[in-house]
Amino acid sequence: MSTTTLPSAAVAAVPPAEPSRLRAFLNALTESRVATAALLVILALLAVALLGPTIAPHDPAEQSFLAASKPPSAEFWFGTDRYGRDTFSRVLVGTRYSLLLGLAAPIIAGVTGTLIGMMAGFFGGWIDRVTGRITDLLLAFPALLLGILLAASLGPGFGNLIAAVAVAFLPRFIRVARASTLAVRREPYVEASFAAGQRPLRIIAKHVLPNISGSVVVVATLWVATAIRIEATLSFIGLGVQPPEPSWGNIIRDGLTNLLGSPMPVIAAGGALTLCVLAFNIIGDAVRDALDPEYRE
Amino acid sequence: MIRYVGHRALDAVLTVLLVLTMVFLAMRVLPGDPAVVALGETATPEQLALFRERMGLNDPLALQYLEFVWHMVRLDFGRSFITAEPIGAMLAANLPYTLELAVAAMLVGMLLGVPAGVISATSRGTGVDYMARVLALIGFCVPEFYLGALLLIAFALKLDLFPIMGGGTGTLDRLHHLVLPAATLGLVMAAFTCRLTRSALLEVLRKDFVRTARAKGAPRRVVIYKHALRNALIPVVTGFGLYILSMLSGSISIELVFSRPGVGTVLVNGILSRDYPVVQAGLVVFAFFVVVVNMSMDLLYGAIDPRIRTDGR
Repeated sequence: MSTTTLPSAAVAAVPPAEPSRLRAFLNALTESRVATAALLVILALLAVALLGPTIAPHDPAEQSFLAASKPPSAEFWFGTDRYGRDTFSRVLVGTRYSLLLGLAAPIIAGVTGTLIGMMAGFFGGWIDRVTGRITDLLLAFPALLLGILLAASLGPGFGNLIAAVAVAFLPRFIRVARASTLAVRREPYVEASFAAGQRPLRIIAKHVLPNISGSVVVVATLWVATAIRIEATLSFIGLGVQPPEPSWGNIIRDGLTNLLGSPMPVIAAGGALTLCVLAFNIIGDAVRDALDPEYRE
Repeated sequence: MIRYVGHRALDAVLTVLLVLTMVFLAMRVLPGDPAVVALGETATPEQLALFRERMGLNDPLALQYLEFVWHMVRLDFGRSFITAEPIGAMLAANLPYTLELAVAAMLVGMLLGVPAGVISATSRGTGVDYMARVLALIGFCVPEFYLGALLLIAFALKLDLFPIMGGGTGTLDRLHHLVLPAATLGLVMAAFTCRLTRSALLEVLRKDFVRTARAKGAPRRVVIYKHALRNALIPVVTGFGLYILSMLSGSISIELVFSRPGVGTVLVNGILSRDYPVVQAGLVVFAFFVVVVNMSMDLLYGAIDPRIRTDGR
């Protein structure tokens, strides 16, 4: 029986994920003009999020009742809101909340969900059955509704918001990680590692994780746009970023109460939000096409 | 079939229990004192103590849990902290507004989205197709509450064609109030339906039986509508449950934009005024919706496709 043992050097020689993926991805991005444009928009938004208050022409919190509800002008590009605050500056500064949450929630959910899904798929048994049942239950809820339910239970605030959205995404990642793990687990090189007497945790770290990370990254990119939408919706409802701190969602909420004064805050913040979601959706699709040829039309 | 229905019903009961447990856990066991979460950081110790007493938060957790499940299962939601109104009556009064919005939006979405998808697929690669796809992508990305706000600004505020807020009284007035909110949710759904119809139809048009139909000389119209579209609609109908659920969450922010009465409005007002029993009831009602929709969809599939119900599930 001991003759079936493979030298561990042979096991370790399995090549990692092919390096052409990144190139294929970059090619796909530069080939399509739409995707390139989306990438530029995202880079610009990232720059705005990082620089935020330093490039804003006005203090986003500065009120002036003499300048309330002004239409767009050379001084106030997007006009002012009912407190006389500069809409352009508020939309600029609000960018950081949308992007921060849009990136943080899928990353947190991706890491946690991968760990849970990998364990469930790898070890099977009751762990798998319990996570499977809970995941199925949570998957029945649209992510936005689940986000609202969780945020309503947790109470308002940006930290709670990130937690709520991350948990809302968690079942999606668990499912993907579990399914990919099940596929990898049946591969001959994993069987060989078992036969070679490697510890399960080592097999997970060396073979399973590198092979399922592609799928998880695709799912994560696809959920960024949704995360940004959910953040905006929750802030709009009043559960997310709290006024006077500006976020696109609460600028729209505030603007709705002053539509007769000036509709500009609503139009500007919503325009930025839509542009951002659109750009991330296009990039998400491009990443999926590049990394996952099955989806290609 | 009876066996299948029985299984689904048992599943639904288990799911309801799990959902109730989730809401209970989310509101009481998660870090943070529920009394502080409900009343805010500025509440005095006396207020907090009174709150704990009234909500039964001083009882053992297991007892609280049983009482909670018992009340919820009998749809006994208690009374609002703020208005002392019975919450059950509050929800019952608001439910019709949410339902009429959902039904109207669904009609708009289907009647617009399916034909748009068919036109887009059958004129693939042309300018019309391109335009339909761009519009669908934008409709897919624009958040519902922003689209609603834009329609509100354009058609209610500037053109003064529709009322700005409220749900209306009397049939005609209610329909008048319904137009913009239903159009908003309907357009978002139409974008989704259009994309789905287009890709499903393109897939079916490549199938052998479509080629056969063409080869035997059937007119293009017959091939598309009789042979291809019927089959392409299966995934579209399957997506039905998904639409209803995503519309349910969309309706919350839409009711807010148009200041409409509705279940979403009750929930949001409860959240904003920290009316703990109202929030709890709102959460349970939305969760019940999800369970009911999912179970109906399962039963529908079972009725349509015999393979599903004999699947041993």
